[in-house]
Amino acid sequence: MMLEIKNVHKTFDGKEILKGIDLNVEKGDVVAILGPSGSGKTTFLRCLNFLERADQGTINFDGEQVDLKTARKRQIADIRQKTAFVFQNYNLFQNKTVLQNVTLGLTAARHMNKEEAKQKAIKALEKVGMADRLDSYPSQLPGGQQQRVAIARGLATDPEIIYFDEPTSALDPELIGEVLSVMRQLAEEGMTMLVVTHEMEFARSVSRKILFLEGGKAIETGPTQEFFQNPKTDRAREFVNRILSSREE
Amino acid sequence: MDDHLWEVLLDAFPRLLGYGLRVTIPLTLLSFTLAIIIAVIVALIQYANIKVLRQICRFYIWVVRGTPLLVQLYLIFYGLPNIGIVLNAFPCAVLVFGINEAAYMAESVRGALESVSKGQVEAGQCVGMNYLQIMWHIVLPQAFRVAFPALSNSMISMTKETSLAATITVMEMFRQAQVINGRVYESLGLYTEVALIYLMFCTILTALQHFGERKLGAYGQTAPAPGFFGRLFGSRKAGGAV
Repeated sequence: MMLEIKNVHKTFDGKEILKGIDLNVEKGDVVAILGPSGSGKTTFLRCLNFLERADQGTINFDGEQVDLKTARKRQIADIRQKTAFVFQNYNLFQNKTVLQNVTLGLTAARHMNKEEAKQKAIKALEKVGMADRLDSYPSQLPGGQQQRVAIARGLATDPEIIYFDEPTSALDPELIGEVLSVMRQLAEEGMTMLVVTHEMEFARSVSRKILFLEGGKAIETGPTQEFFQNPKTDRAREFVNRILSSREE
Repeated sequence: MDDHLWEVLLDAFPRLLGYGLRVTIPLTLLSFTLAIIIAVIVALIQYANIKVLRQICRFYIWVVRGTPLLVQLYLIFYGLPNIGIVLNAFPCAVLVFGINEAAYMAESVRGALESVSKGQVEAGQCVGMNYLQIMWHIVLPQAFRVAFPALSNSMISMTKETSLAATITVMEMFRQAQVINGRVYESLGLYTEVALIYLMFCTILTALQHFGERKLGAYGQTAPAPGFFGRLFGSRKAGGAV
């Protein structure tokens, strides 16, 4: 088991957002985290990378056990070195070019020399089809391209897992495809991914596992095919039916 | 206009300009340097939300912005000697101008720091950068660009405010105009002349601000900053280059 997440709890302003979530992730797994809005999907993902401090819970990464509530700086840094995070709003560094956005994590955080970092960054940008815009600034790019650069920024650091937090939710419909196809390609190459998404087609065809959250609880966890064809719980069945019917309208 | 007045004004010009260059401008530059150091520290303390220090900073801004500059000058220069603290006029002026303007500038800098989206900070954390690296590479460069117009504004205000140093015996440009006037009684002419020299200084600063904003650019945005004359005579827009 590459990643073992246990009993994640989180409360915001007295409101319990996560009520004990467990998840196991194998190397090469693509897990889609589904659920209605407000179900805690994003909070769950953010807790895993310490963007939010969970109130309780543990994470076991490659056999190294870390408490999500009390983790020290060193442990947080270790985990962040092994992971990448792709945000809904891309969050590219506005004062840096495309190339610099990707190299910064290598030169500043990993002390790689400039030339080596540049080669690595270009490789990552080629992978997402953005190597022809090295000197552009984020504000000059449409959303889909910004998100691809953000994915390259993560890829360049050789993560063991990439967390995607609704990576296509801020995009115009016609720009969603290019981002999903990059993610699909990564999945095919065996990248381990945790994806919070509303893209059912993507979840169904790319993910291997589904984590279905509602009201801060994991209602259903299981193989993708089973979830869509034969949901075990009423909640999940309702969710799947609603999604499918709304798409047929 | 009679010949006597012309003679007085021509005679006074090099002397006034000389005091302007030798006293007013150094006074402005030293005060501004002190102010920006204080302002950045105060802004960073608030941005990083350091508990007790943050309260102290808010208190400092509250007091300094809430009392007149002239009163502050008198308090420090004429008041403090009563408890044995005697400062020379020039350093006293630098200190008061610096501390005073810093309170305003700290707010501009804090606003600029907060204008950098939280998401970029989180992205920096996620690629493994530490707090100082994120501040240095991401937040400060963007904040500086946002704060630049407001800081330029402060510098222009300060140039004119240094004339208040005349009231605590600093022999700067305005004080020199008063001295000459005491001899020749040409108030209208002399004070107009000194006003024009201040205007000249501020015009140069405005041009420098314009040049600086051009130089700083706007990361990949093509909209041109308003031209120099557009800035001089056009409508005021705070932070036009953002």
